[in-house]
Amino acid sequence: MPSQDKPRVSTSTGPPFTELLAYLVIGVFFGIVLIKSEVVSWFRIQEMFRFQAFHMYGVLGSGVATSALVVWLAKTMKSRSLTGEPIRISPKAWGPGARWRYPLGGVLFGVGWGLAGTCPGPIYALVGHGTGGAVVVLLAALLGARLYAAVGHRLPH
Amino acid sequence: MIDTLSQPWPWFVAGPLIGLTVGMLLIVGDRAFGVSSSLQHVCAAVWPGNSKTLQYDWRSKGLWNLVFVVGIGLGGLVAATLLTHDKPVAISEATRADLAQIGIFQGRSLVPTEVYSFGALLGPAGLVVMVVGGLLVGFGARYANGCTSGHAITGLASFQLPSLIATAGFFAGGLLATHLLLPALLSALL
Repeated sequence: MPSQDKPRVSTSTGPPFTELLAYLVIGVFFGIVLIKSEVVSWFRIQEMFRFQAFHMYGVLGSGVATSALVVWLAKTMKSRSLTGEPIRISPKAWGPGARWRYPLGGVLFGVGWGLAGTCPGPIYALVGHGTGGAVVVLLAALLGARLYAAVGHRLPH
Repeated sequence: MIDTLSQPWPWFVAGPLIGLTVGMLLIVGDRAFGVSSSLQHVCAAVWPGNSKTLQYDWRSKGLWNLVFVVGIGLGGLVAATLLTHDKPVAISEATRADLAQIGIFQGRSLVPTEVYSFGALLGPAGLVVMVVGGLLVGFGARYANGCTSGHAITGLASFQLPSLIATAGFFAGGLLATHLLLPALLSALL
């Protein structure tokens, strides 16, 4: 996620309560989808990286396809969000200083994904699910993010 | 109804529901679906230190994302209490056989309890899987400026080259971990 430097009516207390409540509800919905589709399963991730089932590719592929449809619809209909913003997805930075981070950070993330068998969304879902060990992975991921904030600027970007 | 919802959801149901999640976030507040920035927002809120990356107004930039991930956790809780079934995840026989060879046996948990539990923290294999794995997930996601949701879903869905490169990196790293690192480490450590 890039930092979003778009003009937006928002105070230092953040968005209004009703808007936040909507994000909470959408999060609950997404969390249930993650658990029930089993993409939070360490075993499903192993199965995916071993090319032994279609399930994960089906979830990701149809997820991307329907998301692309949603983004395209929003763009062509020139829709506005409920908060009044024109709907658009700010592009990820690309150019000098924003090239190497994608393959290098991507591979590091991928190794973690393969070892821990989970990425950030599923980590939160697993913690709520009460799966033992997920809290450890979450704390380690937070530490990793903090470590990047501390020393990341020394790496090629 | 609840019985049906409690069974595992097939991919062709789950994928479109992810697309729906993307759409709902856009419609409510023009928010781009992504999860890993929440890790950075937590750091900015509780432990900014003197890191320049973490000096920003996390409430206006990140509160929405923090509330969203709390929701994801609550969703996990809802699924664990209301939508349960007692069968193990139906992974392929080939995967089960491959994992057995490196000392991982599937039970009813969503994770391999041999290396994935508080108790497993005491052993080297558990440390590698949970702690090293988690560290790399957090570090790599911030370095790559996104994770599976921000790059592999949102980024690919909006046809962004950086996201395609990052996603290729995710898979390269995952294949490396699955086919080289995990077998070597687990056979040495378990």
